[in-house]
Amino acid sequence: MYESSDLRKGLKIVIEGVPYLITEFQFSKPGKGQALYRCKLKNMITGYTMDRTYRSGEKFEPANLEERHMQFLYRDGDGYHFMDTVKFDQISMTEDHIEETKNFLKENMEVDVLFFGETPIDISLPIFVELKVIKADPGVRGDTATGATKPATLETGYEIQVPLFIEEGEVLKIDTRTGQYVERVKR
Amino acid sequence: MSNGSRDNAPSIRRERLKVRSKVISAIRNYFNEEGFIEAQTPLMVRALIPEPYIETFSIPNAMGNQTSYLIPSPEVSLKRLLADGLERIYQMGPVFRKGERGERHLMEFTMLEWYRAGADYNGLMADCEALIQAAASASGHYGRSMTYSGVSIDITPPFKRMTVEEAFVEYAGWRPGPNPKQDRFDEDMAAKIEPGLPRNRPVFLVDYPASCASLARLKPDDPNISERVELYAGGLELANGFTELTDPIEQEKRFRKGAALRKRLGLQEYPWPGEFLASLKKLPPCAGMALGVDRLLMLMTGAEKIDDVVTFTNETS
Repeated sequence: MYESSDLRKGLKIVIEGVPYLITEFQFSKPGKGQALYRCKLKNMITGYTMDRTYRSGEKFEPANLEERHMQFLYRDGDGYHFMDTVKFDQISMTEDHIEETKNFLKENMEVDVLFFGETPIDISLPIFVELKVIKADPGVRGDTATGATKPATLETGYEIQVPLFIEEGEVLKIDTRTGQYVERVKR
Repeated sequence: MSNGSRDNAPSIRRERLKVRSKVISAIRNYFNEEGFIEAQTPLMVRALIPEPYIETFSIPNAMGNQTSYLIPSPEVSLKRLLADGLERIYQMGPVFRKGERGERHLMEFTMLEWYRAGADYNGLMADCEALIQAAASASGHYGRSMTYSGVSIDITPPFKRMTVEEAFVEYAGWRPGPNPKQDRFDEDMAAKIEPGLPRNRPVFLVDYPASCASLARLKPDDPNISERVELYAGGLELANGFTELTDPIEQEKRFRKGAALRKRLGLQEYPWPGEFLASLKKLPPCAGMALGVDRLLMLMTGAEKIDDVVTFTNETS
């Protein structure tokens, strides 16, 4: 168990059964008053933040989070299915849960899944992924103005802005942190 | 975070430590010119004021089987000197607060505490105004203004005065009265009042509810209010002062209350300050203030963290 005096930025604690990350922390002790531990907390499942103030002597359960290396298997009507690469057990997550991560998930891709107990709560993607263009308007020859882009659709269904020279069937390197095109992968 | 790397640059750190030395000299000059003497009272003591929310470090068996304590403030010793006839005294040096650590707190920090016989809290506020001016010129701030946390602060006296009642009505929307619920009062003070106070000039928050009097006397014409003052500048709480309570019977009553609350909260029992209470009989009417020197230096140097204005912290020692 943690006590109030252990609270600090980056600590993960459980409140009413939900894991929270302390994203901001301030120790405060106004005047001759009691010590206050003021926290901004992020719900690690929904992402919502809230403010909480604690006093001395309060107790907190540490949020035990475990990261497991998993492989993305396939997607079907039930959701997205993953397999633990060590223990080979499978889990599935719904589309709501996966959010924008789905834009970069390709079959057989290996990712790190963060678990709170038995519940998967977050997926860490590789920084760069390679995805094939399945739809792109033909580039206009001769138009080489710097920075000019056009929309393209990738194999995951993700729509992205790409340079004019990109054609259907090509493989692109995408930065998953920004969701942006990095370069064309030469085959 | 925003200026972390700049703040940690060795040249900035050296500059801040030079400013620190100059400000400390300027404080001593001010008090010397005002006819004060500088006291050096023990840091290891055997009696403490039973304040409910101040914890210090105990040293078991410091002398024989006698437990000693590191002072959370030199108040007990300085008031005894006052009772002995020293009318203007100050002390500037380390004090200790167990468990208080944050961007604006160190468990060992430098406190300036001064007492004026024959004065009330108005005299302390005049001292504060003069000290801030002196510290500012010693730090190289000319033209009576400085910038802290991106806000320009005009330090021309007189500083703004606001009563606790006015501040609560303005920023928290309720009247604390003479005996507010401690939890609600403390929380709103931290979450609404302190962030709400004007930042463009220093502010004295004055006239605390009687229940928050601590060692301050109640107003002679209004027993619901105590003559207590806190100085804020740039959002930093810099100092706390009282027109001192000199009535030993009232003081003992408050100490018994404080000790009982400590017991209820399960905190260590402090030895009873009997000598101190006895000396109150001879304590002249006086006023005293404690100012956090490190916080003052944060203001003067623009440092966002208290760690940036000291040589080393306990963690880096």
